[in-house]
Amino acid sequence: MTTQLTSAPPTAAPGKARRRPEDSHTARGTRPGFLWALPATLFFALFALAPLVMVAVLSFMSWNGLGSPQFVGTDNWERILDDPVMINSIWLTLLLTALGVVIQTPLSIVLGVWAAGHQRNRAVLSAVYFVPLLLSATAVSVLWRALLDPNFGIPARMTWLFGDGNLFGEQATAIGVLAFVSTWQFTPFHTLIYQGAARAIPPVLYQAAAIDGAGRYRQFFHITLPQLRNSVITSMILMIVGGLTTFETVLILTQGGPGTDTTISAYYMYQKAFKGFDFGAGSAIALCLVVAATVVSLIVVRVSGYDKMRSDMEGVS
Amino acid sequence: MRHRPNYLAGAGSIVWLVLVGLPLYVMLAATLRTRQDYAKHGPVSFPRDFTLDNYTAAFDSGFGRYFLNTIVVTLCVVGVVLLLVPPLAYAIVRSRSRVTSQVFRLFLLGLAIPAQAVIVPMFYLISEAGLYDNLLGVILPTAAFCLPMSALILSGAMRDISPELFEAMTMDGASPRRMFFQLVVPLSRGGLSTIVVFSALQAWNGFLFPLVLTQSDSTKVITLGLYNFQTEHGVDIPGLLGAVTLSMVPVLLVYLFARRALVQGLMGMGGK
Repeated sequence: MTTQLTSAPPTAAPGKARRRPEDSHTARGTRPGFLWALPATLFFALFALAPLVMVAVLSFMSWNGLGSPQFVGTDNWERILDDPVMINSIWLTLLLTALGVVIQTPLSIVLGVWAAGHQRNRAVLSAVYFVPLLLSATAVSVLWRALLDPNFGIPARMTWLFGDGNLFGEQATAIGVLAFVSTWQFTPFHTLIYQGAARAIPPVLYQAAAIDGAGRYRQFFHITLPQLRNSVITSMILMIVGGLTTFETVLILTQGGPGTDTTISAYYMYQKAFKGFDFGAGSAIALCLVVAATVVSLIVVRVSGYDKMRSDMEGVS
Repeated sequence: MRHRPNYLAGAGSIVWLVLVGLPLYVMLAATLRTRQDYAKHGPVSFPRDFTLDNYTAAFDSGFGRYFLNTIVVTLCVVGVVLLLVPPLAYAIVRSRSRVTSQVFRLFLLGLAIPAQAVIVPMFYLISEAGLYDNLLGVILPTAAFCLPMSALILSGAMRDISPELFEAMTMDGASPRRMFFQLVVPLSRGGLSTIVVFSALQAWNGFLFPLVLTQSDSTKVITLGLYNFQTEHGVDIPGLLGAVTLSMVPVLLVYLFARRALVQGLMGMGGK
């Protein structure tokens, strides 16, 4: 913390600077100080970091939304760890997250590599593919809830395939709906990641492979896939973080039902806190989510090389 | 190089087109027909009984107000982001201070904080501040959660500015302030438009903060209006889909006219 804190106007001495140009880029007055970052940092600390600390504190307190929270020790933790719905919600969250990764990864790789071609028809089709990205999670869920309506939706017209047409009445089909809607909504995003990455693969690799007589599918498995390795990692981690925090889809499509068969952790936290007014238990569940997301994000930072950015930055002077 | 047509990929792309296109078609078709027509002929059929009532019904049930609220929230969130992030990114890229590099790390970790995780304390904070059921109470946390990604995007754009330009301005005796306004801001317009689109999308599509931090009809945003409409008139599917369609119109317009900035803004979204 030895550097300047203010952006004091440099004592304008252009003549002096011209005399010693080799030093000018390190002249103190020409770099912004920490004060430039202060407003954003304070704002972020107040509205994102402080709540994060508070969630940990509140998980040891009892609060019903009115009055002041009371300290109750580990009571909330004991209750949620003893709650079969909570334990079940963890398994459901993991199941849905895993389903998301397993379904969306191959699909978005294939679509992304396909969309990376520069043919005109691909560009036009891609424009349609990306429309689901523009809709809010709320709109997507409301749309699919309407399309899959047990009485007026598509399944009700296709009873030969869907039985009684009520996909929300059983755990297996309800989970299927949630996995399908997430796939519909998020595959375009991951497709975009792979499209960008596939376009960055040097064409010379393909030319060399073609000369060696490798066909399209061998090229895909021996050049494209290995070259996409980093994107696969980034995309998977985003899927995992997104899956752990899925909320709107469940709230709107299944309300956690039938019974508590699709009550995943983020939804259960909302239920506990804002429907049951048990904000202490809600905070404890939230803290579990934070820990899970942080572990995954630390992996992101490690794997994607974000933490090496600082050293790149130092090259800029 | 000769190209053979890739039939497998072609077939796959058509399947995906149907999966994406069919629901969108059903949605648009449903909004243009009466409820009776929809119930009788089914979702996939072509509308026979054309009407625009579904759109007017959406407006009658308060969507005009919700639109207005969403526009206010979106503009304010974008305003806050534009006020806070450019100086932050400038400091991240140009400052030699150790504190600033720690700040950058903090924001990178902040990328991973899910909004779901902080809604309980956020509810407490906003209530204590007397901002419950107030649009300002939605704007502040929404803007805060846009900061990490915006900082990352904009500092990336600012890093592309050639160091020689900074050196030249230093030789002219320019202050950091002058460099910021005359060099950094004009040369990072691409990054600026990306963070504008990114934060506008976050605000426009935001659901969780409004759900938890507002209550009355006068502070409802569109997403919340959709959710409400669904719980109250769940069986009026054409009406419901009319409301969904209206909620996407502004985003679709941006998609048509500023596709590049939008796609970049979306990429910043991290699959949320």
